[in-house]
Amino acid sequence: MSKNGPIALIFHTAFIVFMLAPLVVVCLVAFTSKGYISMPTEGFSLRWFRAILENPDFIDAFLMSLYLAIVSASIALAISVPASLAIARHRFPGRAAFTAFFLSPLMIPHVVLGVSFLRFFTEVGLSGTFIGLALSHVIIIMPYALRLVLASVTGLSRDAESAAVSLGASNWTVFRRITLPLIVPGIAGGWVLAFITSFDELTMTVFVASPSTITLPVRMYNHITETIDPLIASLSAALIFVTVIFMVILDRLYGLDKLLVGRGN
Amino acid sequence: MAEAIARGKLIPPYLLSTPALLLYCALLLTPMLMTFLLSFNSFDLYTGIKPDYSLANYLEVIQDKYFHVIFLRTFGMALVVTLICALLGAPEAYILNRMANPWKSLFLLAVLGPLLISVVVRTLGWALLFGKEGAINQTLMGLGLVDEPVKLIFTSTGVVIALVHVLVPFMVISVWASLQKLDPATERAGLSLGASQFTVLRRVVVPQVMPGVLSGSLIVFALTASAFATPAILGGRRLKVVATTAYDEYLNTLNWPLGAAIAILLLVANVIIITSYNRVIEKKYAEAFG
Repeated sequence: MSKNGPIALIFHTAFIVFMLAPLVVVCLVAFTSKGYISMPTEGFSLRWFRAILENPDFIDAFLMSLYLAIVSASIALAISVPASLAIARHRFPGRAAFTAFFLSPLMIPHVVLGVSFLRFFTEVGLSGTFIGLALSHVIIIMPYALRLVLASVTGLSRDAESAAVSLGASNWTVFRRITLPLIVPGIAGGWVLAFITSFDELTMTVFVASPSTITLPVRMYNHITETIDPLIASLSAALIFVTVIFMVILDRLYGLDKLLVGRGN
Repeated sequence: MAEAIARGKLIPPYLLSTPALLLYCALLLTPMLMTFLLSFNSFDLYTGIKPDYSLANYLEVIQDKYFHVIFLRTFGMALVVTLICALLGAPEAYILNRMANPWKSLFLLAVLGPLLISVVVRTLGWALLFGKEGAINQTLMGLGLVDEPVKLIFTSTGVVIALVHVLVPFMVISVWASLQKLDPATERAGLSLGASQFTVLRRVVVPQVMPGVLSGSLIVFALTASAFATPAILGGRRLKVVATTAYDEYLNTLNWPLGAAIAILLLVANVIIITSYNRVIEKKYAEAFG
């Protein structure tokens, strides 16, 4: 491993500053004691963090996002596992087309999905419902879930399964006792990535969410388009803190690069 | 034995794919088809959507200068953001890869971590930095580089800077993935044969990570072209892009057919660019390695 030269290190420092600057600024402004956007020059204050708790709108939106992400990630995984088994383990006519179809939501801009779901839900009477919102999120996060599960099924050796079958185990027993435990890391990784993607989704949700199903990103977006105040900064800072804790745990468990390669390509 | 499982005993693949297929047909294919049909309907301010079919909405978008500006701005921005992401992200991935742990994993976390933080939060950070009293203007004026605050919010420069911040992790991770496949022995071989560091970089490293840069570019381009939150917050009404225009047609003007036509055009443009880009690259690599 050769060392980086001084120019490389200067570039690297500038890059890291660029990546972290907006997040650091949000966290600093969150601690201001003043009533407007400013740096906490006169000491740190928790005033605006207390203000979040006094604002039921944000708390409700946060709980809605949490609930929505858990429900839609779980549905997406329940559907991805059998589909991954089919794609990874069988050669059948239409296999390539199925795979492309299941990954296709990645190619479609979220704004296009948003307008399509809005039209569809209005026509079938699901507009403004939680079930509609959850199903639309399932479509958006399916490719992420599918890809991570698919990766774990593809690398799997068949020997243990063959042994179980030869000893007379049924299909269901083989799946439950052998296959499922072996692909649990893929399922868990897929669930986490699906959860995060659903929790952060704004562009599609902005079309589909109603006042009773408003999610945290939509609530925050609406707030920012009206006014940028220390309240929104403290809320964002709280989200950053939670995400960082989450991130460190994920990195220890999986390696963030491995998890996120699934998100990019 | 394995064949026995594959042929007879396991549940057939079509049955396993059925839940996903049903979901996709009901919730992806049907809505997309409905939107496609909707884009041919007409709209009246008083009576709403009329169930007639014509190309009027598409003609309006294609003929109106207002929409030309929006589409050109969107794809122009996507091009610029992609270029900057490639120029910043690829070297950064290379530098990160040459670091030793714990720095390597720590900085990788700092670069990729923001991907897990909501785009709204990251854009808010830039809105705070860009303000007249924001950190950027304070620094520039403090250093005496400018006399009066630089206008960044509601400008395309501001939107581009924030979009690069939002999307450059995708480039880093894409290049990073291809660097993991690179054999460090090839670099050492080049050096031991007397090539300079720069020559090794240019002749050995760059060609091998190029596929990573190209696939990263595709992701960044597609995501910039359809970005909503960042241009909406930092660009405002004056700096509309395709996604925010479709949003306004849907939720403010309530002209759904026109909004649908704009959305369909965005989708078609995206798909054409992605597939032709893939084709050109495949051809190029087929020539190089074929």
